[in-house]
Amino acid sequence: MSATALDPGSAAAEQVVAPFRSPWRDTLRRFGQDRWALAGLVFLLALHLLALGAPWFVPHVLGQDAFRQHMMDKITVAGRPVDVVSEDGLPIGPSPGFPLGADLSGRDVLSRVIYGARVSLLVSLLGTALALALGLVVGLISGFYRGIADTILSRFVDAMMAIPILLLAIALASVLRGGSVWIVILILGLVNWTYLARIIRAEVLSLRERDFVEAARAVGAGDAAILFRHLMPNLVGPVIVFATLSMAGNILLESALSFLGVGIQPPVPSWGNMIQEGMSFYNVAWWITLFPGLAILLTVVSFNLVGDGLRDAIEPGSRDRRMS
Amino acid sequence: MTAWLVRRLLWSMLVLVIVSGVTFTIFFAIPANPAELIAGKYASKQTIASIEKRLGLDQPKPVQFVRFLGRAAIGDWGFSYTSQQQVREAIGQAFPKTLSLTFGAVVVWLLLGIPIGVISALKPRSLWDRLAMIFALIGISAPAYWLGLVFLKVFSDMLGWFPLGDYAEIAQGGWGAWAHHLALPWVTLALLYAGWYARMTRAEVMHVSSMDYVRTARAKGLSPSTVVWKHVLRNALLPIVTMLGMDVAYLFGGAVLTETVFGIPGIGGLAWRAIRQRDLPMVMGTVLFAAIFIVVANLLVDIVYTFLDPRIKVEA
Repeated sequence: MSATALDPGSAAAEQVVAPFRSPWRDTLRRFGQDRWALAGLVFLLALHLLALGAPWFVPHVLGQDAFRQHMMDKITVAGRPVDVVSEDGLPIGPSPGFPLGADLSGRDVLSRVIYGARVSLLVSLLGTALALALGLVVGLISGFYRGIADTILSRFVDAMMAIPILLLAIALASVLRGGSVWIVILILGLVNWTYLARIIRAEVLSLRERDFVEAARAVGAGDAAILFRHLMPNLVGPVIVFATLSMAGNILLESALSFLGVGIQPPVPSWGNMIQEGMSFYNVAWWITLFPGLAILLTVVSFNLVGDGLRDAIEPGSRDRRMS
Repeated sequence: MTAWLVRRLLWSMLVLVIVSGVTFTIFFAIPANPAELIAGKYASKQTIASIEKRLGLDQPKPVQFVRFLGRAAIGDWGFSYTSQQQVREAIGQAFPKTLSLTFGAVVVWLLLGIPIGVISALKPRSLWDRLAMIFALIGISAPAYWLGLVFLKVFSDMLGWFPLGDYAEIAQGGWGAWAHHLALPWVTLALLYAGWYARMTRAEVMHVSSMDYVRTARAKGLSPSTVVWKHVLRNALLPIVTMLGMDVAYLFGGAVLTETVFGIPGIGGLAWRAIRQRDLPMVMGTVLFAAIFIVVANLLVDIVYTFLDPRIKVEA
């Protein structure tokens, strides 16, 4: 009888007959059984494709332009010509030519939500990458070398974490100004790495006492070999989980900064600045704020689903922070 | 033990000094001269110079920083550059609003999160559990300001149940108006947290339920409700209490997004305006104020855990 024919829930049976499998194959299998996580993954893949293909998709499939203002234009709805933006300045709601309505300058909300995905995903992805680099370096140094370096770095991490994350981000944003995509990426990286640094430090502190590290030392492995060949592979799991969940956090943080007016600046559409632009009209032109918000919600839900799924598949893990 | 406490206290103070340093350094980079901000557009060079002298802005930055620390330590947090108001006074006026927001939100999210989590844990994989976890996921994933706008649209604009933002002082409108104005902000903020509490409660209750002593209690023939109330919940809720302490401490520093959307003049809004106006004393004041709560909460959690759990070793 093969291992797969057994009841997958009976761990004991599996231990007896299962041949050696790489732990990563097991992880993948566990992840594959998580339907919610898979649904999140599918949504994210579709969203990334849409974001990448936006310059082709928006004009050719939607027949729209995310940046063109239709202030004076009329479209035909049910055989009658209708202003895209009325004389009172009220844009048209969801209708045939504008599936999710138009914004205050008569731009297509759907096209802008799709273009907004490009900005939000890119910024969050690179912000996460920067946080990974910083967090890994600081965590490894703290955990591996301990001593005075660890004391200094840990106190610094404590201090960074004692500043509310949104305040820190706003402060950096208003000082660095510019509001360019690169500045926002820098900010996301700078406020986020402390969480990873703590996780990595704790992992390394416990790993470095393990027998396989001692064995490596006994056969004469140097610090670099131990760090990169023996410790790093054991950190891949927590790093992947952190990266996925921090994507969720970064999407929220970027949109919050843009909403407050210190993130991505118009006319570049980001989900946050779309909500900000429509905020004062939320009661009459609700579609301007509703749909970018839904895009944020669905994307963050998906990253959380995938992140939770990965964490369950890799290891029981930690909590994330949130923004109020 | 005393040595450990003293050491831990000193570390906490050091963390606060570093927080001040980080904030100060961030605003170091500002090209704008605060003295010009205070003096206004048409001030003469002499006026600006005299203001610089009065505020000590002509001193080297490290000197300014040390002076700030010295004054802050004895409770003098300086004056706002823009409104000339005392920083302490401004924080004192804003804090009751933040406190009101936090207090109500905590009540709502505990009432939502904990029962949802417990029921989910008792019936894992049931329809209720699935729905509850979807609710929790949406709660932790929604942008606060957007949720606030949606609530305003539905419950204020369409249904007319609640006022469109603003804060009502208890002294002026009484408790009723106060709660009526805060209801939507409470629910908005609470939903963001209720999701975390539901998930955490569910995980803890499931974890504790699988322990041997709970099995023993069941085997003794105790009723299921006694087992849940007396044996499971008591232990499962301990980590939740810790989390609550940290979250409340964090929220005392202000909820920028919720306060902005609903027009609540709390600490978050104060800090946000100060940062935008490059009002350094107010920024330092609000950031330090928020950081103090977080650092103290961390300290308390450490101390309480050390006392409660003899397995945690105290290194003196």
